[in-house]
Amino acid sequence: MSEFLSSSSFFAVTLTLLIWWGANLLQKKTGLVVLHPILISVIAIIAVLLVMGIPNSVYQEGMSHFSYLMTPATICLALPLYEQVKVLKKNLLAILLGVLCGTLTSLLVVGGLCLLFRLEPALTVSLLPKSITSAIGAPVAEAMGGISSVTVTVIIATGILGNVFAHVLCRIFRISDPIAQGAAIGTSAHVIGTTKAAQMGEIQGAVSSLSLVAAGVLTAFLMPLLSGIFI
Amino acid sequence: MFTFLGETMSRLIPLPIPAAIWGLILLLLALMLKIIEPEQIKETSRFLAALLPALFVAPTVGLMDQGKTLLPQLPAVILIVALSTVLTFGISGMITQKLRKGKQAESHE
Repeated sequence: MSEFLSSSSFFAVTLTLLIWWGANLLQKKTGLVVLHPILISVIAIIAVLLVMGIPNSVYQEGMSHFSYLMTPATICLALPLYEQVKVLKKNLLAILLGVLCGTLTSLLVVGGLCLLFRLEPALTVSLLPKSITSAIGAPVAEAMGGISSVTVTVIIATGILGNVFAHVLCRIFRISDPIAQGAAIGTSAHVIGTTKAAQMGEIQGAVSSLSLVAAGVLTAFLMPLLSGIFI
Repeated sequence: MFTFLGETMSRLIPLPIPAAIWGLILLLLALMLKIIEPEQIKETSRFLAALLPALFVAPTVGLMDQGKTLLPQLPAVILIVALSTVLTFGISGMITQKLRKGKQAESHE
């Protein structure tokens, strides 16, 4: 049974989409923000794979065509950016300075805490790009000797955190301005946060898209410069 | 529509910087220079944007192979992720908000 299923390349995609659909339904029905569909889906899929004895590599192979959509899906964030281009141009300096300070905070806090907990250099490097999109973060971490699947996991955990708690964090830090909300979400929680920002408003979504790109590029440049302090 | 995306991507492949980010910048430029009308990509874009969060599921499942490496450090990693995310969120948001308020106050004078 499991041999038949794992040899079918549609099995992984069908399983993922079914569970994804179910996880979305679960959140809608319960209304609980902590039951984030990504979180629930990952737990459910790992459980199914373990029970059926299908190794991760087989699952990933089945998903490879589907995962290929990641690049065009990220590119599509250009559309909300374009639609808000006037607002962005007018506030470019404020947004970029916010992103720069946020990116430095992220690198210094993560690096400092890694040093404090005496984590191995490979783990530190894997954690440093945790606030940026995995499209940039994973290759950067890998190039510096990190473990890319750890990087992807902390990146996604960060994204879910930013997505779920965006409203709460805006209240705690008294961030009421839609542009500042977008900058905060995009800088700290990349693409996954941005899907929440887009739900909050068109301006938040566009600023968040811009911020995630800026934070990603800045991190790619700053990480090699700063990592010497921490490892 | 898809042809365009494919075209953009193939142009990007020789570059070492992630294709997704180059593609995003190129698509934005194309829209701003009116090479592409927003209507042309609206439908595809909406569809892919709705699908985007689901695409993150598979790479995270890859974690099941990393359990042994990560488990002993898990409490530290969780603390690092949570604390740095909250601080990054607060700092970037508050700075952008302050700068915007300053600018608005100036223009009112």
